Amino acid sequence: MRDLLPQDMEKFRRLEGVFRDVCRRWGYGEVRTPVLEYLHLFTTAGTLTPGMLSRVYSFLDWDGWSGERVVLRPDGTIPTARLFLSEVGKDPARLFYVENVFSFEETGREARERWQCGVEFIGGPSPQGEGELVSLALEVLGRLGFSATVKLTHQGFLKALLGEVGEDLFPRLLEGEGLSTLQPSRPEMERAMPLLFGMKGTGPGYLKNLKALLLPSFPSLRESLEDFSRVAQLLSGAGIAYEIDMGNGKGFEYYTGVVFQFYIGGERVGGGGRYNNLLPLLGRKDIPAAGFALYLEPLLARMEVPLPRPSVLVVRSATPRGQGRAFALARELRASGYRVEMECSASPPHFLIEVGNAFTVAGPSGEVVRLSSLKRLLPFLEEMGAIKAGPA
Amino acid sequence: MPLKLALPKGRLQPLLSSWLGGWGLEGYEATSRSYRPSSRLHPQLQLKVFQERDIPIQVAVGNYDLGICGRDWVEELLVRYPQSPLVRVRELGFGGGGLYLASSIFSPLSSASELSGHPGPLRLVSEYPNLAEAVALRLRLRRFQVFPLWGAAEVYPPETADLVVMASASEDDLKDRGLCPLLSLLPASTCLIAYRPSWEGKDLGEVLARLPPLPKEVAVKAGVVSTAAGAAFPPGLAVLALPDGHQQPPTLELLRRAGLPGDSYSQGERRFLWEGVAVKVLRPQDMPIQVANGNLDLAITGQDWLRDHLCRFPGSPVKEYLALGFGQVKVVAVVGPQTEAVSPEELRGAFPVLRVASEYVNLADRYARDKHLGPYRIIPTWGASEAFLPEDADLLIENTQTGRTLARHGLRIIDTLLESSACLIGPREVPPEKRGRVEALVEAFRRGAGG
Repeated sequence: MRDLLPQDMEKFRRLEGVFRDVCRRWGYGEVRTPVLEYLHLFTTAGTLTPGMLSRVYSFLDWDGWSGERVVLRPDGTIPTARLFLSEVGKDPARLFYVENVFSFEETGREARERWQCGVEFIGGPSPQGEGELVSLALEVLGRLGFSATVKLTHQGFLKALLGEVGEDLFPRLLEGEGLSTLQPSRPEMERAMPLLFGMKGTGPGYLKNLKALLLPSFPSLRESLEDFSRVAQLLSGAGIAYEIDMGNGKGFEYYTGVVFQFYIGGERVGGGGRYNNLLPLLGRKDIPAAGFALYLEPLLARMEVPLPRPSVLVVRSATPRGQGRAFALARELRASGYRVEMECSASPPHFLIEVGNAFTVAGPSGEVVRLSSLKRLLPFLEEMGAIKAGPA
Repeated sequence: MPLKLALPKGRLQPLLSSWLGGWGLEGYEATSRSYRPSSRLHPQLQLKVFQERDIPIQVAVGNYDLGICGRDWVEELLVRYPQSPLVRVRELGFGGGGLYLASSIFSPLSSASELSGHPGPLRLVSEYPNLAEAVALRLRLRRFQVFPLWGAAEVYPPETADLVVMASASEDDLKDRGLCPLLSLLPASTCLIAYRPSWEGKDLGEVLARLPPLPKEVAVKAGVVSTAAGAAFPPGLAVLALPDGHQQPPTLELLRRAGLPGDSYSQGERRFLWEGVAVKVLRPQDMPIQVANGNLDLAITGQDWLRDHLCRFPGSPVKEYLALGFGQVKVVAVVGPQTEAVSPEELRGAFPVLRVASEYVNLADRYARDKHLGPYRIIPTWGASEAFLPEDADLLIENTQTGRTLARHGLRIIDTLLESSACLIGPREVPPEKRGRVEALVEAFRRGAGG
């Protein structure tokens, strides 16, 4: 649990503002789902691993004698898919949200509440959907001044591959376990392992190489590798650089296709992927979908408080009876775009304006001037370089 | 610092007391009711007796360096709080049996693999709610409800629950109780556990070195006397719950006066039929929630347990039909001899965090809140709460008939929360098809109670 202070919230609002603006330009509409959801939404879908479900905050509802449990939402995508099914219904639907998600963390060292900027493209086909989402995410990060690395893997491929290896490793993989413990029984697979998990591809050529290596012995991998190639080609065509890191499988069980993750300076700041099975599991057939979320905490930690900082203007009355005039002046100055505090301020004022028969202004470099009216005061402030507050 | 060891009350007590015979234990004989035994071999060792279920918690919070209890209770804690600082030092060899997931032999669910595709909701009852939830998640049940129980889990299926998680001597023992084992969850053997910082930093050798050699496998009798399984009750009957334990003799007397048959009940059966009425013998603590869910149409429980339930769920559709007069207890607030407070108000600020131990978790919570005793923490207990004062709790919310037991342990009552007697409870609205039978039963009980 962490507090967000005024300077944190300024960054938060800026990040959120950029994210909203970009989403709206791509044709996405904002939604917000309730913090409390029924536990059965997450168990019915069968889409969160037992390990993840065991870390949700769940408790009895008001009518808890029925055993009905509610949870603090542990994930943004499943509630949005539910919202789509119950309230929207018509695809394609482009939805985005800024929401917090919760997970139980009993050491107390990690945050139990995290904020996400999430985007879901329901009904968006492959590979256009992936292309759109990756481009959108990079645009948001770019406008915030970040240059992010994109890492790709393919959940369908990993599932099919682990099926070939014959180990029930998939749930462990999702919870972040590496694939180094994998011990394939077939020698063809053993030979392929270092080429799969020891290297990072940088273009569709790498996937072509994998196809040539694997498909003759493992035809079950064809569909996923071809899907992966189509996405990689589209991204390359759109001039987006990426790294193919097959072993980077941490994510959600509901992913079925390409999974993309965004890194800045080695830290993961967002991720997403295609989840074509989620809507069918929630009861609607055959609606493909994909989405991603950007994680606010690592991004906020890398952001600076926006500059320039607005000047601090403090207005006070020379006499107790003149306070009304001081308030009136402050109102006019605010209407002109300035940040104005009354009487006192926690930070030293750039301009201290005392309201008596005239306005006595103490400026940033110690000068004191007397001005007779607002008409003279406003040009003076401008001349002295006073910075307006600008939009929130 | 003296070493502290927590010993279990109940089923393991006779076995442990004979196994540890060489320690010269006083106050831990099979029939002893002391909470603070002593050892002639280890005069420095501080011993305390708890309900088995409380022991892993007491060790995990560091109140005791060592504890002995069933592995089932250790896992029940660890499955929910895996970072708990508990070390399983060694298995002690006795206990046997295991923890199982089971359904009724009359249930359509006959294998664990059928469960994950089941649309649900599946009702799980268990004294092990954390393990029950973990197994439901592991099996990926699509929709489920877990009802924590105080006991008698085997009486619930098939009508009142779909699945149980319970301890049993063997799969055959489960089958004898009319249950179909679906999954063996873990062995329920007895183990010695330690608080991790004590294990890592304290010299426990004196105690460990003097543990007697492990006994050969000794099976502990299951706590509940097994009764031959009846067939599933036919649908449409009124379902009545009668209490087990202390309330059984006065309830039998009530049946007699009400002109209702008492034979099966007095013989210890837990499921039987009267004409048009299915009867289950359950723990009184578990009854209100089952009435709220429509699983029981009438139940004889205590007003204390009804109030506790309503404190947690004020909107619950359960009400008292009839006070029955017997089983009178007072629920009181109790402090230890070192505490000077003579009223709850004087407890405010007397402790950095007031530790309130109680079987009545919801009553205790409401009381501490209403009396502004915060900051406080509720420590749920499963009986033998007197043992908690003064070392492991500061305030006890406990029931008492005469106050004599409390006085014998040097404890002092500072407030009375409520006076309670046995009562007949039922749903606010009885389903129409059962109304006639339920009303006839209520009338019979009213006559029996002399009202």
